[in-house]
Amino acid sequence: MTLYILPKEQLPVFVDKLKADFRVVGPVKTETGFAFDDIKQAEQLKLDYPTTILPPKKYFLPQREVLFNYHTSINEKGARQIDTEPVFQDVQPTIIFGVHTCDMTGISLYDKVFLEGFKDEHYLARREQILIIGIECLKPCDDASFCKDMGTLTAPPVYDLHMTEVESRYLIDTGSEKGEELLQKYGEVKLATTDDIRDLSRTLSAKWPRFRHRLKMSRDQLPSLLTINYGAITWDHLGERCLACGSCTNVCPTCFCFDVQDELDINMQDGQRTRLWDSCQLHEFALVAGGHNFRESKASRIRHRFMRKGKYIHQVHDILGCTGCGRCERACLVNITIPGTLNALHDEMQLDANPAAG
Amino acid sequence: MLGTMTPLETTTTPRKYNGTSSIYLPTVATITNAYTETAMEKVFTVRLPGGENLNHNPGQFVMVSIPGVGEAPISVMSSPSRTGETFDLCIRKAGDLTGVLHDLVPGDQIGIRGPFGRGFPLEVFKGKDILVAPGGLGMAPARSLIDEILDNRDQYGRLIVLYGARNPAEILFRDTLREWRGRDDIDLLVTVDHPDESWVGHIGVITRLFPRVQINPFNTVGITIGPPIMYRFVIIEMLGKGLNPTQIWMSFERRMKCGVGKCGHCQVNHRYSCQDGPAWTYAEALAFEEAL
Ligand SMILES: Cc1cc2nc3c(=O)[nH]c(=O)nc-3n(C[C@H](O)[C@H](O)[C@H](O)COP(=O)(O)OP(=O)(O)OC[C@H]3O[C@@H](n4cnc5c(N)ncnc54)[C@H](O)[C@@H]3O)c2cc1C
Ligand code: SF4
Ligand code: SF4
Repeated sequence: MTLYILPKEQLPVFVDKLKADFRVVGPVKTETGFAFDDIKQAEQLKLDYPTTILPPKKYFLPQREVLFNYHTSINEKGARQIDTEPVFQDVQPTIIFGVHTCDMTGISLYDKVFLEGFKDEHYLARREQILIIGIECLKPCDDASFCKDMGTLTAPPVYDLHMTEVESRYLIDTGSEKGEELLQKYGEVKLATTDDIRDLSRTLSAKWPRFRHRLKMSRDQLPSLLTINYGAITWDHLGERCLACGSCTNVCPTCFCFDVQDELDINMQDGQRTRLWDSCQLHEFALVAGGHNFRESKASRIRHRFMRKGKYIHQVHDILGCTGCGRCERACLVNITIPGTLNALHDEMQLDANPAAG
Repeated sequence: MLGTMTPLETTTTPRKYNGTSSIYLPTVATITNAYTETAMEKVFTVRLPGGENLNHNPGQFVMVSIPGVGEAPISVMSSPSRTGETFDLCIRKAGDLTGVLHDLVPGDQIGIRGPFGRGFPLEVFKGKDILVAPGGLGMAPARSLIDEILDNRDQYGRLIVLYGARNPAEILFRDTLREWRGRDDIDLLVTVDHPDESWVGHIGVITRLFPRVQINPFNTVGITIGPPIMYRFVIIEMLGKGLNPTQIWMSFERRMKCGVGKCGHCQVNHRYSCQDGPAWTYAEALAFEEAL
């Protein structure tokens, strides 16, 4: 909407001011890499981080989330009684700093999944209290990313503020009224001049050649590539290698499937119904009573994952289910990768794709 | 705008939020009657608070839960025509939750969410001959449809019911079947895979009943509800009778954790069986690589 500039040395001041009124989270350095975590000191915030092991999805969909508390009892007539009380977990004004454009694409998918159709009030309650401050990626995270192929190199319209580092300053775009207000209230910002905007365009156009393509086809072809290749031999090869560990879905910014479990306190009366991240790669995911499993083989489960990423989610929500962040590739112990698999399907079918398209 | 955000709260422990409710929170209902149907199935009558009508369609399901044990999808057995202050569920003992449910007695409370999903489209069925082929426990959701038709008999054409069970002991609703056999506005055939000494009816899998009925394929809808192994073969018979895939309805069983199209478990290709199903036409199912 409107472009502002914030001198780089003003960033810690901005963060500190925000911290007075918000929970501020963002990428921080840990022993094993970078991770989204609470910013205790402004200097901890590292906006030039490569990637994080987990995407910021935990702020939208906690790994374990209480849906309601319950109390069960037996009344004087000996009948079982139930009391329940809904719980809305982790609802607090939160600012997520430094969200990459690929991860913003994941968030825009979550918004569709949880707010369209039946509204998920638990998601909504948290979502209403979250402000997203994106950061423009100026170089690829590492060799595993393929965001350029997936078209996630520019920010989708979910951010409240979006920052681009241009020499000694950040250019900040406001994406919402809340974002605008946030800048006015907490940031020492000035409106961008035409010179600032010219520098910004130069920075943005200079970034493109730094990213490479890894797919042999364009993303528009993915739904048809996957349709044609439903019976491909590639799935069997992957099924032989896959460990069905579920790491790939855990780290994925677009995976959202969950399990629901009841936890019972030691008094055997009180407890919580919880939802937990689940994975379609696990054997029990589609198992029903009587022992019938709709995806018995690992090959059928890994195919399902790819079908969702490249086809099904697109059919329903008009967004591809993969952002090209590369996290699943980094997490997989047997090196199963999205580009490697899609290229193998392409080779298997010798589909007439145009490798240069992006 | 920012002012609408609640003040900073440093704790991340669960708390209530603005008194809002939740799609995952069950309504507390009471069991008003329970009886044993077979060695594996029990029928429960359930009353929502204030005797509120469930307002369901045949083929829809509710999520039944016992806090501390879990939650599972269960089809509504009673027809809308017989649903007033209470509704019925027929539950097979299959695991943790259904096991505990079998121990419940009138007066006990359970959680109910729903009804969910797309049931059978009665407006499409009206004026047509109806061929219902349930297998095993599929007879419970089929009851909802059959009773609805019987209670609005003049709105439908012929009603043919072909029912298959594994053995005589597993046949559901024997008294009702006997009553149907006495009526001249319903054609009922029952078969068992494995007969015992007492059994004098048809023997063999459900598909063996199809040669025994004549239908008018131009004005019939076929409905099959049962395990995948059974409906695959029933559909072949229905096609053989001249029904086309848009005239055949089926009900998918899928694992379901939420009932509201979020959790991912019941996905069939890109559709969610808890939302767009569990009732599907065979024509729709054919378009899914995964379905059959
Ligand atoms: C649309 C629909 C309608 C149904 N209608 C009825 C009905 O009218 N009567 C009836 O008795 N049953 C019905 N079922 C099946 C019923 O949901 C399962 O038997 C029940 O979930 C088993 O739960 P449990 O906790 O007792 O078993 P568990 O201890 O959870 O598991 C026992 C077995 O059931 C599998 N299972 C777990 N969850 C499900 C699930 N949601 N669906 C199927 N299998 C599951 C497990 O993998 C395991 O193999 C229906 C299922 C669906 C999807
Ligand atoms: S599938 Fe892999 S590369 Fe694609 S969004 Fe998920 S984790 Fe990232
Ligand atoms: S991380 Fe790799 S091995 Fe594990 S389930 Fe995913 S593809 Fe299979």
